[in-house]
Amino acid sequence: MKTAATKVLSARAVTKVYGGTHALRGVDFDIAAGRVTALFGKDGAGTSTLLKILSGVEQPTTGHVELDGEPVRLLSPRDAADRGISVIPQKLSLCPNLSIQDNLFLTREICGGPWVIDRSAQRATSAAILRSLGEDLDPDRLVGALSPAQQQIVGIARALVQEARVLIMDEPTSTLTPSEVEALFRVIGGLTASGVAVAYASHQPDRALRIADDVAILRDGRLVAAANAKTLDIRRIVEQMAGRAPDSPFPHHIPLTEKEPPREELLTLRGLSVADPANPGRLAIDDLSLTVGKGEIVGIYGLMDSGLTELLEALAGRASSQSGDVLLSGIPLENASIRDRIDRGLVLVPGDRRRDGLVQTMSLGENLSLAGLDRFVRRLFVSRERELDAVDQMISDVTLGTGDAGTPVESLSGGDQQKAVIGRALLTDPLVLLLDEPSRGVDIGAKADIFQLLAARARRGLAVLFTTLDAEEALHIPDRLLVLTRGVVTGDFRRGAITREELMSVLDGAAIGHAEGGAR
Amino acid sequence: MTPRETPPAAAPPDRPPPGRIAAQAHRLSLLNGLFEFRALIALAALIVLFGVLTDSFLTVPNLIRTAEHIAANGVVALGMLLVIIKGGIDLSVGSVIGLSGVVAGELLEGLDLRFVDVIAYPPVWGVIVLCVAVGMLVGLVNGVLVTRFEVAPFIATFGMLYVAQGLALLISGGSTYTNLDGSPQLGNTGFGLLGNARPLGIPASIWIMIALAVAVMLALTRTPFGRWLYAAGGNERAAELSGVPINRVKTVVYVISGACAALAGLLIASELTVAAPQAGETFELNAIAAVVLGGATLNGGRGTVRGTLVGVIVIGLLVNGLMLLDVSLFWQILIKGSLIIFVVMLDQGQRRLQRHRSAVSALATGGRPD
Repeated sequence: MKTAATKVLSARAVTKVYGGTHALRGVDFDIAAGRVTALFGKDGAGTSTLLKILSGVEQPTTGHVELDGEPVRLLSPRDAADRGISVIPQKLSLCPNLSIQDNLFLTREICGGPWVIDRSAQRATSAAILRSLGEDLDPDRLVGALSPAQQQIVGIARALVQEARVLIMDEPTSTLTPSEVEALFRVIGGLTASGVAVAYASHQPDRALRIADDVAILRDGRLVAAANAKTLDIRRIVEQMAGRAPDSPFPHHIPLTEKEPPREELLTLRGLSVADPANPGRLAIDDLSLTVGKGEIVGIYGLMDSGLTELLEALAGRASSQSGDVLLSGIPLENASIRDRIDRGLVLVPGDRRRDGLVQTMSLGENLSLAGLDRFVRRLFVSRERELDAVDQMISDVTLGTGDAGTPVESLSGGDQQKAVIGRALLTDPLVLLLDEPSRGVDIGAKADIFQLLAARARRGLAVLFTTLDAEEALHIPDRLLVLTRGVVTGDFRRGAITREELMSVLDGAAIGHAEGGAR
Repeated sequence: MTPRETPPAAAPPDRPPPGRIAAQAHRLSLLNGLFEFRALIALAALIVLFGVLTDSFLTVPNLIRTAEHIAANGVVALGMLLVIIKGGIDLSVGSVIGLSGVVAGELLEGLDLRFVDVIAYPPVWGVIVLCVAVGMLVGLVNGVLVTRFEVAPFIATFGMLYVAQGLALLISGGSTYTNLDGSPQLGNTGFGLLGNARPLGIPASIWIMIALAVAVMLALTRTPFGRWLYAAGGNERAAELSGVPINRVKTVVYVISGACAALAGLLIASELTVAAPQAGETFELNAIAAVVLGGATLNGGRGTVRGTLVGVIVIGLLVNGLMLLDVSLFWQILIKGSLIIFVVMLDQGQRRLQRHRSAVSALATGGRPD
């Protein structure tokens, strides 16, 4: 189980309590020099907390951290970095407005005189480090202009500038295509060969397992497995992460028959292209055509940042440059505003609840009625009775844990918040419901509730189009599944027509084909 | 709940001591109550303080004089409240007050239309409508700058502060209008009633402020517009995706704020029977201070009419009390500045407290921090 390699950084019987919640319960975890240790766990399993403790962001409630076998207190991320522990968070903390070299040497500037940065020295060092990572980038380029993969490399380069002996990476591949993942893995291989200890945390074991030497698995804050990677296969790992067999059924709404009667088309996309709002020179969605029929649930599966959010926001009517046609019940939407689209029966449940979904300053009831408010207006005023009736009805419809319209929406759990945003959309009586990653940051019970709710609504004729980053969900929920890679549909399947492995290879093959096409 | 207090060697507590979170939540809700009612607490403190220190503070004539002063400030603050609920700010209101008074003066003394060789004397109601329209126009420019041209509200309205001031100075030539009474022959008398009539013994300006307050309160609490405004101020992106016409809401609040400022300008000019281009200087700061003192946050999404009115009264009584105490004007300025800083510090403190509260309640309900 344990390897002979030198342990550089270890957690010993670490427990972390936040309020009444145990995020970690007596966890032992080792990172060894020259090896890649993969740390797996689902959302909420405690992986992020463990990484925070190992990198000095948080202090353990009980237990301690050892560096080179000696107990240490890592007081802050800076303290940890000074001791050679470097973290690359999932959301890279680079400054997009600064150049590569400025980012690499931020707070560790090489100074010629007492106050003056020696830019040429920084530039030379930056170039050398980037070359050693196989990315020949100009150190004076702005970080904001780099691709996600290149930014990832800059993040690693910064760790090297800090002379890190331990490199902790949180979900480093979620925004990368398979070919970029290969390049990243080569870089990681080079690092371990030179003796760096690498920890690699992920929710998705399939990729990380390829480069992992050791594996540790967390579930509900407990270490449930620690072993040499060669002794584990992916099925065992997924089982351990979930605490159940991986293929246990999701709620099915209608058993699929061989021949389906044609459905009435509610949402039709013809040759839709959408410019990438973050990067206007590129297309987020490239020539997409699809239909969603009455009572149909269509899923779109892809990597993070592969255009899923942009697609749904464009459909919902948030201003963005687009071409092609979007038809609702056969009528073109043209430049209809968000309001018009909602009135005509097309409404979006955004993916980022905090940023785009909830009005945190308002109550649950006010959040629920916001989009459908005009239905309660009598003369000039909102009729409180009508509003409350509809809100109470919706609270029970979407099985919200709390039964009170006056509850501050901030105090709800993640699952209930998500149900509130869905309830708001349903209160507008939509024909077509768009949902961006409806299960993001939602616990397993709420997730089942949400998909059951969608299935029930679909049975009554609602057309549902949702996106997901989760292969299990993609395989089990939708009647029809599209795979989207960099804005292009690379697969189109009916439920049950594809296995997990085939789905992965679709994602891979398409991306490799895309890269060979020289689109980048 | 700072886990750092626990020594690392202690046995892991299986549950945190029962009641600790509840006690903390209770303490926080008390503290939050203090923040929530800070304006009322300040009001009570001021009344007691000045009541004890001076003989004339709690007398009817003094209170009525103060009320007149409060009315103009209140009208401006009600408009400002809407802008601040949206999360914006309107720095141009002080200049609009001056501009409105100057336009009224120009119209009442006779608008010289040189090209047609006519001097126009519009009736008083026409003067009022035109002045309010001028305020709305300035507000519309603010709104268009903020929505269509995406200029930050601080910058847009700061610029309009000077534009409106410049206009007022150009129209008046820098002088004040003293003949606002009109003449019976021209049929434009009665402007002075706006600020000096006392139906039921209470100044007309107070009635106007009360009517406006009721209208704003109804708009905020009972109409879709009010709900949209709170939503847009609380989370603009979420409101937009829920179909709230963000740009319309934003523009409307600046237009209303401009109209309120113009109305306040008329009240002041009528009361003093003098219209000066600088009549409204620093009114914007009083209004912002009153709104924030009344429980709104500059972040947007929160704020009430009731709180704002209490805030206006507090500031009005403070100024009046200091005057009665013969505190020098220079000290008054210094004290008012300190009050504004203190109020904004309170605002920050309340926001920190609210974040802390949601964290504590999330922990109490077992929200997972991972």
